[in-house]
Amino acid sequence: MAARTEHSVAASFKDAAIAAVIALALFGPLVGLRTEVTTGGLFLSQRWGDVAIAVAVVFVGRLLLNVFVFKTDRPATNLFSGMKLSAGALARIGPVFGPLMLGLALTLPFILLYGAPSQSRYYIDLGILVLTYVMLGWGLNIVVGMAGLLDLGYVAFYAVGAYSYALLAINFGWSFWLCLPLAGVLAGLWGITLGFPVLRLRGDYLAIVTLAFGEIIRIVLLNWYEFTGGPNGLNNIPRPSFFGLEFDRSPEGFAATFGLEFAAIHRIIFLYYLILALALLTAFVTVRVRRLPVGRAWEALREDEIACRSLGINTTTTKLTAFAMGAMFGGFAGSFFATRQGFISPESFTFIESAVILAIVVLGGLGSQIGVVIAAIVLIGGFEIFRDFAEYRMLVFGLAMVLIMVWRPRGLISTRKPTIALGKAKAIGGELVGEGRG
Amino acid sequence: MTRWTKDPVLTVEHLTMRFGGLVAVNDLTFQAGRGDITALIGPNGAGKTTVFNCITGFYKPTEGRLTARHADGRTYLLERMPDHAISGEAKVARTFQNIRLFGGMTLLENLMVAQHGPLMRASLFGIGGLFGIGSYRRAERAAIDKARYWLDRVGLLARADDPAADLPYGAQRRLEIARAMCTGPELLCLDEPAAGLNPRESAELNELLLYIRREQATSLLLIEHDMSVVMEISDHVVVLDYGVKISDGEPEAVRNDPKVIAAYLGVDDDEVEAVEHEVEEVEREVAR
Repeated sequence: MAARTEHSVAASFKDAAIAAVIALALFGPLVGLRTEVTTGGLFLSQRWGDVAIAVAVVFVGRLLLNVFVFKTDRPATNLFSGMKLSAGALARIGPVFGPLMLGLALTLPFILLYGAPSQSRYYIDLGILVLTYVMLGWGLNIVVGMAGLLDLGYVAFYAVGAYSYALLAINFGWSFWLCLPLAGVLAGLWGITLGFPVLRLRGDYLAIVTLAFGEIIRIVLLNWYEFTGGPNGLNNIPRPSFFGLEFDRSPEGFAATFGLEFAAIHRIIFLYYLILALALLTAFVTVRVRRLPVGRAWEALREDEIACRSLGINTTTTKLTAFAMGAMFGGFAGSFFATRQGFISPESFTFIESAVILAIVVLGGLGSQIGVVIAAIVLIGGFEIFRDFAEYRMLVFGLAMVLIMVWRPRGLISTRKPTIALGKAKAIGGELVGEGRG
Repeated sequence: MTRWTKDPVLTVEHLTMRFGGLVAVNDLTFQAGRGDITALIGPNGAGKTTVFNCITGFYKPTEGRLTARHADGRTYLLERMPDHAISGEAKVARTFQNIRLFGGMTLLENLMVAQHGPLMRASLFGIGGLFGIGSYRRAERAAIDKARYWLDRVGLLARADDPAADLPYGAQRRLEIARAMCTGPELLCLDEPAAGLNPRESAELNELLLYIRREQATSLLLIEHDMSVVMEISDHVVVLDYGVKISDGEPEAVRNDPKVIAAYLGVDDDEVEAVEHEVEEVEREVAR
């Protein structure tokens, strides 16, 4: 096919030349001519050298694309398409991956303590942060992934949990273990309060109203100075105790009781296991509820709301339970956040937090527990690794999101596992599973 | 006094539904008898689906009363109930003209969702189920058995663990009927169940509907376009045209009603008599 090749080379050159002409027409005035303000008026400076470079780049780039991708029988992009991981491959590593991650999570503080003592505090702190987002992701997954309700204001419940714990602990001196469930219940109640007027809305409208709700909560926290401390936030939030034993140097403290030498790392490790336990509780409850009629109703709601109504499912209360449950776990995570930081302010509960949590859920795959873990590690860990390149990390973050969405539009793990089976349960491909429209 | 007025499972009285200035259903009154297959027929746009949506609570009727009466004598005023209670309490189930299955869920899951009400109560609204109480486990087993029974009945037991969206069209129709039957309805409303089915699937459907009437305590109300299906299986036919009832009776009587023929063939009112005459002639020929 020599003739064809020659022909295609000629065509490639012609096409590249056309592109270069278009580039010249565009870059000529845009780059070539530049007005500069000088004393005595405007001065027109000419930069034809830059234009030549731009045009040359377009010509060569277009030519290379033509030769290797557009006008050849074997496009170079085929080499990349083989790299696509099939859904089956991901599903196969799933059963091994989960327990492996759990084992790693359980032993991580000790691995770090003996493996990298000088860095261990930083990495355990990072682990706590990632686990917080894993828990938030799992909580939001109930609302977005299972019930199919797009919630852009999830951080509101996180804030309610954090402030509930902080205010109860500061004003009444109640212990963390009493405040934690109360904070969860209060966040859940706020979920229901928000849900009642909002859940008659669907899709985009629901998203906008939840977004507004998240902002309202933040602005109330910011302006209700007497109650929340306004922009100064709340200080000196009590630290959690190990079932009554404080992490301090006193003879009644944790270290003295267990005959250990006092070290600040004890509390960090305790906090790590605390958030791990809370996150696992979230996962456990979610996985169990999924197999109950209420969980099946959530998923059915995501698939087809009208059919649900025809089968005797009260869609309002079903949506409310999803909202309340997601909010409750958000509240738990919030009170953990408050006790870990010791200081909270409305700064911590901005819209970007909601966006990051939602990104974790969407990237991980709607409804997938393990996907959320991977996405949280990649996103939050990625943020930390690129901390030195703070200016570029949003760029990289955005690019990574685009690439993952092109590569796997339904998230990393898009398959759905049936909740019940007569024979062997088979994973359902993501393309069949509904996304929900509120 | 006909059979359906003696023991009606559904009584529709003076049902009127207006959308702005459009009167979709106008002063419709009919009964559906217990244990009957009642067919609601009429040309396109006659208001059949509107009637269905009123009965199943998807629309609130502008005027009129809809009463469902159970075999034990309890009555429910459907126009006052929210849609989920019509299925859950009044036991009036429905299927949709454009099939509405939970595509990403397996066949078994579809049928489990249909048994939401009883399972929800058995799981003490989720709380008992979370701790795995015995009564919930028993209820779940019973629900699985019921689902298995209906899957077997519609010939889809082998595909119980496949996603519903993977099924061919005819099987999806049957699954939707099985799902509605899993709610344990007194009255099952089917919106064009034979639409898009080939003759063999259509025959299977007829068999399924006749089975439901014969073996289950469920009466059927169906909208149908295909006259052959209607005439073959229904016991009672109600004909709508422009939202008004134009005929009501046994299939044979309705088939020969000149008003029905006029509505289906599109004849002016003053030509009705001529058509009536023609029909008589045709009948005489058939008799010969």
